[in-house]
Amino acid sequence: MKLNRRTFVGTGMAAAASLSAPSVHAAGHGKPRVVVIGGGAGGATAARYIAKDSDGAIDVTLVEPTRTYYTCFFSNLYLAGFRTLESIAHSYGTLAADYGINVVHDWAVGVDRDAQTVTLAGGDTLHYDRLVLSPGIDFVDGAVPGWDVTAQNAMPHAYKAGSQSELLKRQIESMPEGGLFAMIAPPNPYRCPPGPYERVSMVGHMLKDMNPTAKILILDPKPAFSKQGLFEEGWAKHYPGMIERIGPDFGGADVSVDPEAMTITVDGEVTNVDVCNVIPAMKAGRIVEIAGVNDGNWAPIEPSSMRSTIDANIYVLGDSTSAGDMPKSGFSANSQAKVAAMTIRGELTDSRVFPAKFSNTCWSLIGTDDGVKVGASYEATEEKIAKVDGFISQTGEDEELRRRTYEESIGWYEGIASDMFG
Amino acid sequence: MIKSPLVAGVTAIMIAGSATAQELGDAEEGAKAYRQCASCHQVGEGAKHRVGPHLNGIFGRRAGSMEDYTRYSKGLMREGVDGLFWDLRTLDAYIENPKALVSDTRMAFRGIKDAEERADVLAYLRQFSANPANIPEAAPTAMPSEVDLAPEVLAIAGDVDYGEYLSTECMTCHQADGDDEGVPSITGWPEEDFVVAMHAYKQKIRPHPVMQMFAGRLSDEEIAALAAYYGSL
Repeated sequence: MKLNRRTFVGTGMAAAASLSAPSVHAAGHGKPRVVVIGGGAGGATAARYIAKDSDGAIDVTLVEPTRTYYTCFFSNLYLAGFRTLESIAHSYGTLAADYGINVVHDWAVGVDRDAQTVTLAGGDTLHYDRLVLSPGIDFVDGAVPGWDVTAQNAMPHAYKAGSQSELLKRQIESMPEGGLFAMIAPPNPYRCPPGPYERVSMVGHMLKDMNPTAKILILDPKPAFSKQGLFEEGWAKHYPGMIERIGPDFGGADVSVDPEAMTITVDGEVTNVDVCNVIPAMKAGRIVEIAGVNDGNWAPIEPSSMRSTIDANIYVLGDSTSAGDMPKSGFSANSQAKVAAMTIRGELTDSRVFPAKFSNTCWSLIGTDDGVKVGASYEATEEKIAKVDGFISQTGEDEELRRRTYEESIGWYEGIASDMFG
Repeated sequence: MIKSPLVAGVTAIMIAGSATAQELGDAEEGAKAYRQCASCHQVGEGAKHRVGPHLNGIFGRRAGSMEDYTRYSKGLMREGVDGLFWDLRTLDAYIENPKALVSDTRMAFRGIKDAEERADVLAYLRQFSANPANIPEAAPTAMPSEVDLAPEVLAIAGDVDYGEYLSTECMTCHQADGDDEGVPSITGWPEEDFVVAMHAYKQKIRPHPVMQMFAGRLSDEEIAALAAYYGSL
């Protein structure tokens, strides 16, 4: 079996067709089957833990469209040159070869919950006993008037890492002297709460050297944001006079854009921009809605297991969920994946199930060697995943501690990457 | 499954000096006891770094912070950056069991098990800190002397399976292959050291906020389970 799976992965889609078809027939009398949709921090971790801990007793298929996955976390550091794009790129080779996971590079386009099948864009059908959905985020249509995904080349979101990150970096590098970088920040809840502000810090770092008279303008629909005190302290220190933020009191929530004219309109006033980073309002990845396990924009889950409250055979992880007090982050998704993997394995193989434990830490880089962090631990209560305890970096910390925090974030990146991809 | 070194370490760190460190020991007795330290650490007028750094002005100093001493372990400097300062409480924990506080310490010293002897040594050392009057007098009485771990709690046999599940939380940062860039390695850590260190975080004797949070919500059973799992690798 293992050799077959390796061959299958190595030869790609042709083999996918030949192996996935019999899976439907095998339902009910073969090994239990888990299909995981989405190969990010939630999905890759869940697939790896189920395969690893069940030791071959569960058949795991991971459906992920891209062959090279760029982590969204640390993609801001790529903008400022602290990371290369290659250093945040990962493939699924180890998951396939060492863990026996069937990795299928395709889009999931349909879920039949009664038949317990997933349809792929390539036409294949996958049967599941348990389905794990971890598709990340999509954008809410019409969230920023004048912008839709067809405008993402003129005004990139760069909130899914990869080519969008490259595009945004190039645009910033080509800004005219003294030009204006605008960011349309998203309303809550959204992926990576400190992410937009870490990005502003990294753009500041780029411009400080190459274009010091350039300005950064943040249009923000939120009255406050994550790690605000830390970021504002850091901006004043590293990028004095460069960054301006307009909150909802002054029109930050009343913004439209014109990608062709490269203008933004704030509270009725039109401004020319040289680069415009539009981060629209978000919702669960599309497959959640296709499967019908959403309630509004997000998927409701049972706090003790990450099981969908709508379908007992489906688990939802990460950014797509309403996960109580937990923020949408790679760390959170990875943490949730381990709880779900343990629960699923318990259901399918009678292995032991322990009480859920969840945690999160988000590191952000403000300037060279100036790292900060915020984190918390969580437990499942009757109503939600509830915060138990937490911590945050303090303003006024000395440089050595900030450098150490940054180094810790690099260590964390290596840790979570090997926890996801083996 | 009572492991005697483990029990000794945990008990001591929890109730360290509850009888003696409330007040300073006898400096004259301490001068005699200090002989076991003197082969590596000079103290007093003209003291220089030897194998270990000199200990003049140790009270109130940040751990691993003397720039002209170059042989600190990575872990000791990390703890210093994270906020470990030497005072009666932390020094007492350190000389009782160096590895409880700093896993990779280069201080190859078995520790002083007798609380009174430790208090004596610290009383002696304290004479060589520049402003002993400025040392917060609250420090000795701030010892967590009310903390009490019953022997039956310490006797808990760690559940390896549970430890394996709990370890998944550690793996997000601490890599299984032992890589220690930025985040220290915990792979292959002896069971005893593991238990002692986790209780030190839980008691906030070790400084790091992330670890204090994780350890703070682990029960005694869970610490035993984790230690048993890591010990089984």
